[in-house]
This record gives sequence, structure tokens and C-alpha cells, in this order.
Amino acid sequence: MSLLEINKLSVRFGDANAVPVVDGLDLKVDKGEVLAIVGESGSGKSVTMMALMGLIDAPGIVRADRLTFDGTDMLTLKGRQRRHIVGKDLSMIFQDPMTALNPSFTVGFQIEEVLRQHLGLKGKAARQRALQLLERVEIPGAASRLEAFPHQLSGGMSQRVAIAMAIAAEPKLLIADEPTTALDVTIQAQIMELLLDLQREQNMGLVLITHDLAVVAETANRVCVMYAGQAVELGQVPALFDAPTHPYTEALIKAIPEHSLGATRLSTLPGIVPGRYDRPYGCLLSPRCPYVQPKCREQRPALEPHERGAVRCYFPLNLNAEVA
Amino acid sequence: MTTVLTARQLTRHYSVSQGLFKPAATVQALNGVSFELQAGKTLAVVGESGCGKSTLARALTLIEEPTSGSLQIAGQEVNGASAQTRKQLRRDVQMVFQNPYASLNPRQKIGDQLAEPLLINTSLSRVERREKVQAMMNQVGLRPEHYQRYPHMFSGGQRQRIALARAMMLNPKVLVADEPTSALDVSIQAQVLNLFMDLQEEFKTGYVFISHNLSVVRHVADDVLVMYLGRPAEIGPSEKLYERPLHPYTKALLSATPTIHPDPSKPKIKIVGELPNPLNPPPGCPFHKRCPYATERCHTELPLLRPLDGREVACHHAEQFL
Repeated sequence: MSLLEINKLSVRFGDANAVPVVDGLDLKVDKGEVLAIVGESGSGKSVTMMALMGLIDAPGIVRADRLTFDGTDMLTLKGRQRRHIVGKDLSMIFQDPMTALNPSFTVGFQIEEVLRQHLGLKGKAARQRALQLLERVEIPGAASRLEAFPHQLSGGMSQRVAIAMAIAAEPKLLIADEPTTALDVTIQAQIMELLLDLQREQNMGLVLITHDLAVVAETANRVCVMYAGQAVELGQVPALFDAPTHPYTEALIKAIPEHSLGATRLSTLPGIVPGRYDRPYGCLLSPRCPYVQPKCREQRPALEPHERGAVRCYFPLNLNAEVA
Repeated sequence: MTTVLTARQLTRHYSVSQGLFKPAATVQALNGVSFELQAGKTLAVVGESGCGKSTLARALTLIEEPTSGSLQIAGQEVNGASAQTRKQLRRDVQMVFQNPYASLNPRQKIGDQLAEPLLINTSLSRVERREKVQAMMNQVGLRPEHYQRYPHMFSGGQRQRIALARAMMLNPKVLVADEPTSALDVSIQAQVLNLFMDLQEEFKTGYVFISHNLSVVRHVADDVLVMYLGRPAEIGPSEKLYERPLHPYTKALLSATPTIHPDPSKPKIKIVGELPNPLNPPPGCPFHKRCPYATERCHTELPLLRPLDGREVACHHAEQFL
């Protein structure tokens, strides 16, 4: 049994007829695995994980055939039971480290809060463990930083504190939502390395939500590419980068400047992601797809498994390509 | 080739109050930056936050006066110029900002925002202004009916097109773009970068392109200026820097940039720590605390920019990377 199993998850905002923000998503994450969810803004990658954490409030509607974490059904869970799991076995790191921490409490207090709540540690023992955690996330002068307030820390340092809080109770699954988007490239490299070290050390599952394909190529085992609320391709790294099967994945890779070295123009996908009121009738990518056929405009394709993963396209690319 | 922008030892210091009874401290936000920019070429400025990229942009766009050094726009010296000349020079330097959600006036129609530079700087009639605006809108890929719309009706990519159109309205000689694509998605970023290149081709504008994304910089830049803690670390032609970086900081930046086809045989250069406090910069080379190659000399002696292998580099030990 997988650590996390999501079956036909859909999230809507408004009434039951509203256009789904996440539409029939299937996902599995195993212990010790790094899964990346990639997509542009509005593709539903963050909402998926917020649904799992129970962070979607009315008028949001979450429906799923199955949404289980470590054998527990997360859909029917009530407040108190949920709080036993979220923050302990299942924890999350957010994009903006400056707003993820509470500005009114010291770093030490905020880390100890997790230890008190979930592990029952108190007083000296909690302080001791908080110090160890700060040292583990490589904060220089950890002992003096326990008394620091978030505004006294740089973005990279705040993100390290947020990571320390997230791993304080040794979670089984860590969700990192764009953990390095707000950081400089040298700090990004440091934070990604720290996350992967921790992931290997504790054999955690790690879900990495990002729009940066290069980060994915360097860190993830498996990738789920999302477009307008649907998973359009599932695949392994690096095969997915060598031979993408969905036109959207191919377009994303081609749009990276690194891909067209020496060329004056970058290859682009025309247009923008469809909004909730201008959904195309057939395949959601059909108005922008360079390979579009009449069939694509008539019927919406399903996610079909193939040898290397799965793809939601009637005319997948590179299916027979040789990959390492 | 005409030189549109020349900076010589451009320096900007800020004085920061430390409290009532302490003497004010000085932040050397920009220290001795020199470069030349030709018409139709792009100079990229890269570095981490706090390295002085934005201070440089503010000095180049005449928003702030440099503490010392000289700045020439199209051969005209800026320092000590009369208010009249400065106003004229401001027409020639325009800017595109990072966040297209904040740089457009939410209460003004797109057409009016685009016409405003013309209203202020030219004596064109209303009809002529409208024609010019329509022509520019067409050029950046906006439809005529967008003239009457407000900024909130546009996506991020479209807003950046509008910001770019507004900057190009007066046909400036220099365009300073401060992280213009960092708020955009990859596929939209590619569209906007293409537009930047097309407009440069058409108007032969000189670009100063500020970015921390080295993969974007490699695509757009002819020359690259790498800055660290307000000082130039390395400056030279883009191919040279990417082919063989000679400053350890440039090496580290390139190595830290993730790529879609990572090469496991090339180990990443790890640089530890963060940018030092600019109020209290370390003695010697500003980078020595994080530099894996630092020696005794780096702790005490500040390396100056010197020519080496077709570019300029500020490192005592640059030869060993040749």
C-alpha cells in the first residue's frame, strides 16, 4: 500500500456545477519517494495538496473516491483527529518563508510548539530538541537564533526554520510547495540539498510542487505534469525530459531558455491557460497545441497508461523513443 | 555602433542611522561599476539579492544621483547636468519593473497609460497620440480593443507586454529591465523574452537586463556583469563567462543553477553561508568568507578588476581557472 493514495480527486469552488479547479486527479506517493508536481499558475498543483491537508474551506468542495494517507481516510477526518496527523506525520513547507512564520513569537517558541503538541516534550527537553533541529538545518549560531524573531532572519534562514518545524515530528510525508521560488539561486541550491538529505535520512516521502522543470530534473524520481486542473503526463526522471509524451510537457521543456541555446527566439506555446469560463470543449490544450487534430476538439482524452508512465493525449509523442 | 550608455566608477553609498548617539553607518550599495553599452546590445547584470543590482538600475534611470563616478547617456554627462538636460535625458532611459501587477495604475485605462509618456514629453495632438499608441499595442501583441480596458482585465504576461509597450513609447536609447520575467510562468516568460528580442531588433535599443536567472541571461545577453556586495566580480562577453567563468562567484552561480539535463560527473560547487551584512563588509575580498579557493591574501587585500582572457575579473587567483 502506498503512503499516499489519491483517486479521482476533484476540487470546486462555488456550487457542485462550478468548473473544477482540480479534475479527477489520481496520484500515489510511496515511502522514500520524491514526486514532483509541475505546472503553471492555476494548474491546480497547490490546491491538490491543500485538499489533502484539509485546508480548503467553504465554498470549496472536495470530492474524491479515495484520499488516504498511511491508511487513514483524510476525507472523513474530524478536527481533533486531523490535528493529530497534520503537522506530525504529514507536514508542509510553504513558498514564502517570510509569511509562513508567526512574526510575534521567537523561532525557538514556534519550533517547541510543534514538539509540545505532537511529541509531548516540555521545558529543557523541548529546548534541547529545538536546538538540535536548528543545527540539523544548518543554521549558523543555532543557540542564539532560538531567541530570534522571524524579522531578524533572512529569507533563506526563515525557510530553514520552516523546514525545521516541518521535520520536528519526523513526518512520513513532507509536502514542499515551491520551497525555493522566493530564494536566490545559491540559497536555492543549499535548501534543495538540505531537503533531499533529510528525505533520504528519514526515508520520507517528499512531494515537491514547483514550476521549475530544472529543479525537478535534478531532484525528483517521478513527475506529474498538470495542466488546467488535470494530470496530463506521469513519468520517470530523466526519461520524461529526454522523451516527453505529452505536447504540453514538450512545450514546457522547450520554453526553457537553456533548451534553445544559441537561438534568437525561444519556442513558445501561444495563448494562456484557459480560465474557468473559456474551457475548450475537447482536450483542454487543444487551442494551444501545435499537433492538434479534429478529434482533439471533439472529445476530451483520458489519462492512458503506457510503458513509461501515463499520458492524456490521443496522439502522444515519443512513445517508442529509446530512453536510458 | 554607437555607445548609448557609459558608466565610469559609478558609486552609490547610503548613510544609515544607527540610533541617536551612534555615528551613522555607510552602506556601499554600489562601488566602482564601469561598463559601456552599445545600441542594440544587451548587458545583463546578475547577482544575489543585496548585491546592488537595483541600486544600479536606479542610478542608470536617474532616479537617484550617484555618490561619485560618471554616467553618460548617449554621450551626455549626467552628473552636474541642468534640470532641463536631465529631463531630456530621462526620455532616453526607460524602465520595466519586476512586478507587472504593481507597475500599472489600476485606475487608468491601458490606452491612457500608454499615451501618458507622449502627453508629457511631446506636443502631439490627441489623435496622433492615439495612433502611436495603437501602433505600439499592435507591435507588442495587444488587440485594438484592449485600449479601453483596465489592468485587472489582463494576465501577468499581458501586463508585462503593456509595461514594455509603455517603456518603448518614446523610443528610448536605453531600456533598463529589472527582473522582467521572474514573476511569470515558463511558457509566458518565453513569449515575453521573445518580445524583448523583437523590439530590440526593431528599435536598436540598448538593454540593461537585471536578472538572477542565469539561464535567461545566457539567452538574452551580449555582455554579462556579475556583482557581489555592490562590487563588480566579473564582466565580459556572455560566451566567455559561460564557457569558462574565472571568478569563483561566477563559477558558483553557474554551478548552482539547476539544469534540465544534469551531468552527474560535474560535482556542484558548494558555497556555504549567505551574503555578508553590507553594513559590515568583510575586509579584503568581499567573497572570501564563502569562497572555496580563498587564501591568506584574500582576507586582507581587496582584489581590483583586471583584464584577463578577454574580460575583466576581480579575483587574486583567477589565473588558476584559465
